[in-house]
Amino acid sequence: MSSQALLEFQALTFERDDWPLFSDLSGAIKVGEILQITGPNGCGKTTLLHILATIQPINVGTLRWKGSDISQCHQSYLADVAFIGHKPGLKLSLTPRENLQWLSKLQPLNRCTSAEALARIGLAGFEDVPCYTLSAGQLRRAALAVLCMTQARLWLLDEPLTALDVQGIADLETLLLAHVEQGGAVALSSHQALTNPAVRTLALDAMAEAEL
Amino acid sequence: MTTLSGAFFGVIHRDLSIAMRHRGDLLNPLFFFLIVVTLVPLGISPEPARLAAMAPGMIWISALLATLLALDNLFQADFADGSLVHLMLSPQPLWLLVLAKIIAHWLVTGLPVVLFSPLLGLMLSLPEAGFLPLLLGLTLGTAVFSLLGAVGAALTVALHKGSVLLSLLVMPLYVPVLIFGTSAVQRAVDGMSYGGVMAMLAAASAFTLLIAPFAAAGALKVGING
Amino acid sequence: MWQWFHKLGSPRWFYHISGKFLPWLALASVVLIVTGVVWGLAFAPQDARQGNSFRIIYIHVPASFLALAGYYVMAAAGAVGMIWKMKLADMVMVAAAPLGAALTFIALFTGAVWGKPTWGTYWIWDARITSMLVLLFLYIGIIALSRSFSTRETSARACAILALVGTVNIPIIYKSVDWWYTLHQPATIKMTGAPSMHPDMFKPLLVMILGFYCFYALVLLLNTRTEILLRESRTTWVKELAEPK
Repeated sequence: MSSQALLEFQALTFERDDWPLFSDLSGAIKVGEILQITGPNGCGKTTLLHILATIQPINVGTLRWKGSDISQCHQSYLADVAFIGHKPGLKLSLTPRENLQWLSKLQPLNRCTSAEALARIGLAGFEDVPCYTLSAGQLRRAALAVLCMTQARLWLLDEPLTALDVQGIADLETLLLAHVEQGGAVALSSHQALTNPAVRTLALDAMAEAEL
Repeated sequence: MTTLSGAFFGVIHRDLSIAMRHRGDLLNPLFFFLIVVTLVPLGISPEPARLAAMAPGMIWISALLATLLALDNLFQADFADGSLVHLMLSPQPLWLLVLAKIIAHWLVTGLPVVLFSPLLGLMLSLPEAGFLPLLLGLTLGTAVFSLLGAVGAALTVALHKGSVLLSLLVMPLYVPVLIFGTSAVQRAVDGMSYGGVMAMLAAASAFTLLIAPFAAAGALKVGING
Repeated sequence: MWQWFHKLGSPRWFYHISGKFLPWLALASVVLIVTGVVWGLAFAPQDARQGNSFRIIYIHVPASFLALAGYYVMAAAGAVGMIWKMKLADMVMVAAAPLGAALTFIALFTGAVWGKPTWGTYWIWDARITSMLVLLFLYIGIIALSRSFSTRETSARACAILALVGTVNIPIIYKSVDWWYTLHQPATIKMTGAPSMHPDMFKPLLVMILGFYCFYALVLLLNTRTEILLRESRTTWVKELAEPK
């Protein structure tokens, strides 16, 4: 595999309440790799993922998608990125199927049907029950079902392992591996170590300590 | 690939389905509207002539408060469960999706208030001539309330005590609509033509429709990082 | 041109340059306001109907002018900050909001004080007073919003959007309130507008308006400089300012 960079970030600096979360952070997410962002609570993992997903605007620094500045290719970038936040993003009064169908109208999710996706993620039989009857782990699985359906090359996942059981984590790792083997890329934040060989780690706390 | 109309109607359809599964919540602004109007004769006077004189203003103000009460929920619920992020990361233009959300919101909060208003006109002895301009005016007016309110709701979406702030931000902007709306009813009651006032109200609504979705989309991009 | 524009956008450069203007602006506002006050209060002729009470216009009118102009200054600064991502413009906007609100309050307060001898009541729902009150609410909204966010950039963007929406609405609000007032206007109250004033009354007013503009610029600069120091407090140039060698 080539080590071509999909998303590069250069000299990112972010401060909240005049307190720097991280400064001069540079790096890249490359084709075929899983970038795991680690660090203690409050070190800016979620903020970094939000900046990469262009939810949070950049104060200082640049973001480049396939070599061109993100502001030049924002629409095509959005069509090629799947973001799952630490909140599942599901409407509790709707069923998992309805939630996924709604999402597929907003984002290109047509690699498989919502029923197939839910079956692959271990929610067969729960397609048509309201989400408020599901457990936290099942909700997380329903949110991750998007990953089975999406055509996006870059996945940005904020704490995807939260509330998942051993089987759920194994299922997710299989999904991630299959994705990067097909030329995709993943950036995720997590406290747990992944056993995956494709994982590269970006430790935010180390940066902060180097600053001090 | 996703389509523009698919995304637009998808958002409306989803928001309406959610509203239909919480039908009780739909009635709350209506009961609020009804209770406020009931307090008027209790607080002032049950005398029909005095009530009739105040009816246009009281109904409009109660309608304004009732829609304001429901405005909070326009983006807040989606923000709380994380689905707002999916909306914002759609490759489709955000202002269009925001407009879809506003339309759905108006259908479940503004429209019921409009349909309910003749009953309250009856309770406040509004003269018959005032009913049509009341209905027309409130239809346009509640649409403006929802559109302008969306900007405020988007700005305060991530704030903890956003709802009081939200009222503070948008109520001054509601002044022209309130003035045009009540005077249309008043003129009709006084036997004058209200076409000109209604035209001004319609112009204000059209203008708001033109700018508010863009402003609300911009506000959402800012407000989500509160 | 562009180089100049970017230089102006640098808070540090602005801080140093504005420091040179401050004494002159202070001098101009003191001279103009003192002249205007003495002229207006002691030498201008009495009003035929209102007697001496009309003299409050020497505060009321300039304050009302700047209250509205201040909103446009704020919105323009917000727009510049949003479009060109100029930090300095954000700071000007943040600095302009409380200043504008204070001037609006002064205009309202002097209007009320003036209203007592003129109309026999402190408060009257006059078109101008009512518009001024709505303007005060718009300012309060901006100030309340600006204090609700955790990052300054987000706060500035949010206020800029609200200020722009408000700017678009202000003419509509003013027109509608004017129109509303003509509907309900009691026929007995007629006010003398500024253009029909006697020139001897009008000249000191002009001086006062100029003085208020200088004073506004002065306070805006001071507020902006404070905001610059607050935001840049961790940079070396501010630290050097605070602890001279």
